[in-house]
Amino acid sequence: MATGASRADRTRGRLLVAPPFLFALLLLAVPLTVIVLFSFWSQDFLTLDRTFTLANYREALTDPLYRQLLFRSVWIAATVTAVTVILAYPVAYFLSFHVPPASKGLWLFLITIPFWTSYLIRVFLWKVILGFNGVLNTTLETLGLIDAPLSWVLYNATSVVITLAHAFAPFAILPIFVALERIDRSLIEASRDLGESRLTTFLRVTLPLSMGGIVAAILIVFIPTVGDYITPRLVGGPDGLMIANMIQTQFLRLNNAPMGAALSVLAMLSVGFVAAIVVLGLRRVAGLGR
Amino acid sequence: MLRGYVLTYLVFLYAPIVLLPIFAFNDSTVIAFPLTGFTTRWFEALPATPELVRSVRTSLSIAVSASILATLLGLCAARVNARYAFPGRAAVLGFVMLPLILPEILVAVSLLVVLLTLGVQLNALTVVLGHTLICMPFAIAILNGAFGNLDPAIEEAAIDLGCSRWQAFRMVTLPLIAPGIISSLLIGFTISLDEFIIAFFLTGSDPTLPVYLWAQLRFPARLPIVMALGTLLVALSVILLCGAEWVRRRGMRRSGRRDAGGFFA
Repeated sequence: MATGASRADRTRGRLLVAPPFLFALLLLAVPLTVIVLFSFWSQDFLTLDRTFTLANYREALTDPLYRQLLFRSVWIAATVTAVTVILAYPVAYFLSFHVPPASKGLWLFLITIPFWTSYLIRVFLWKVILGFNGVLNTTLETLGLIDAPLSWVLYNATSVVITLAHAFAPFAILPIFVALERIDRSLIEASRDLGESRLTTFLRVTLPLSMGGIVAAILIVFIPTVGDYITPRLVGGPDGLMIANMIQTQFLRLNNAPMGAALSVLAMLSVGFVAAIVVLGLRRVAGLGR
Repeated sequence: MLRGYVLTYLVFLYAPIVLLPIFAFNDSTVIAFPLTGFTTRWFEALPATPELVRSVRTSLSIAVSASILATLLGLCAARVNARYAFPGRAAVLGFVMLPLILPEILVAVSLLVVLLTLGVQLNALTVVLGHTLICMPFAIAILNGAFGNLDPAIEEAAIDLGCSRWQAFRMVTLPLIAPGIISSLLIGFTISLDEFIIAFFLTGSDPTLPVYLWAQLRFPARLPIVMALGTLLVALSVILLCGAEWVRRRGMRRSGRRDAGGFFA
């Protein structure tokens, strides 16, 4: 950053940042404001009633259908996040501490390749794997491990969790890997020299120092999963549907934009709320560990 | 034990991708085991499906436009981040990263409502605008890295030696950040090509490839063709990624940096 910037420099900076700023203002801030406005209006068949009302929110929070979808979205996203981050941590640890520096790039490449293929097709393939006559059931039957196909693996919340845990794997591995790479290795040596065991060194040095990466991974996985549309529609069945499916139905099928807007605002608020808890909570945990 | 776990995890990561070519070459309309025989007819059917060809063309033009627009906007923001200071800079630069932390469905519905209220006809251009918005934070992040690798003294030297500001930027800075620009274009292209929900909401009469595929998933007879297409897409993205990685490594060598690993490290 330039120090002692002149007035001309400040003007130049402002002019240069104007295009991206105006773009985000017009295509993000304005539309989000409009959504918030809509959520306080109501739809009377084909006409939009612009009088202020809280009816949409009242309905969203009292109608068991909406409440359940909201709760389920947050709950599924939280489960996906926990599963993904816990499964990803050892992989990131292995990459950072056990892979020789020269082949780290190759390993990262290996981990990201599956995720540059169409998300839609990947989710569909999980349906093929988990289905009644799917790859998993056929294999288990051939091996003689089960007699009849397992029916609990597709069209419910479990299949949504499995599919999303796969879809977001690299988004959890990469930030944790980056955080682990930044740890000064001499701190770990020092801890061992001072008599800590491998396990206590990990718990008291490595884990707290990688907390920044864990928080990033949690947010990166949690935020998009709350609003995921494809996975619940393809593998969720009736019990795995999430809030995004309902938002889409309200806007495009029922033509009830105000209700859809209210659900969108609630989804946004739950994302913000959980994100705040995660950031504040884990920062405290990391603080205590030190 | 850790190595064993990592290998199991890799199997989990690759499980769906491995199935793709298997079913693409399988001579059956049913996507299930046992396999029935080898065929290439699903691949041959690809160019003979006009709606598919059209959706690929729509997707490609949207992805090219969105990645170029996002990279241009990203260049402005990243340049400001690297070079200029003014009150409120941090807030503005934080604000333009906001699309990154919003679920895409919210971006999609809010844009849809505004466009419909304004009476704008939905078409490929509206999808381009939406995709540019979500690609922009990625472009900024990548270009911030490219500018960060750069010593500002080089550009100052060029100006001291008589270049105008624009000449110094175009002839000195631009070639040095070229690998970052190419990475940003490729990442934006890939994100846009694969994006479904925004395209689903904002597309007009010309569906993008993912929107077309989504409609096809309801017709079981069309699925093997989808598998063949998926196989081609995997091959294409691996080639693109290898290209991007090669360019990035060359850029690293040119600016004399040690290789830190990959795109994200």
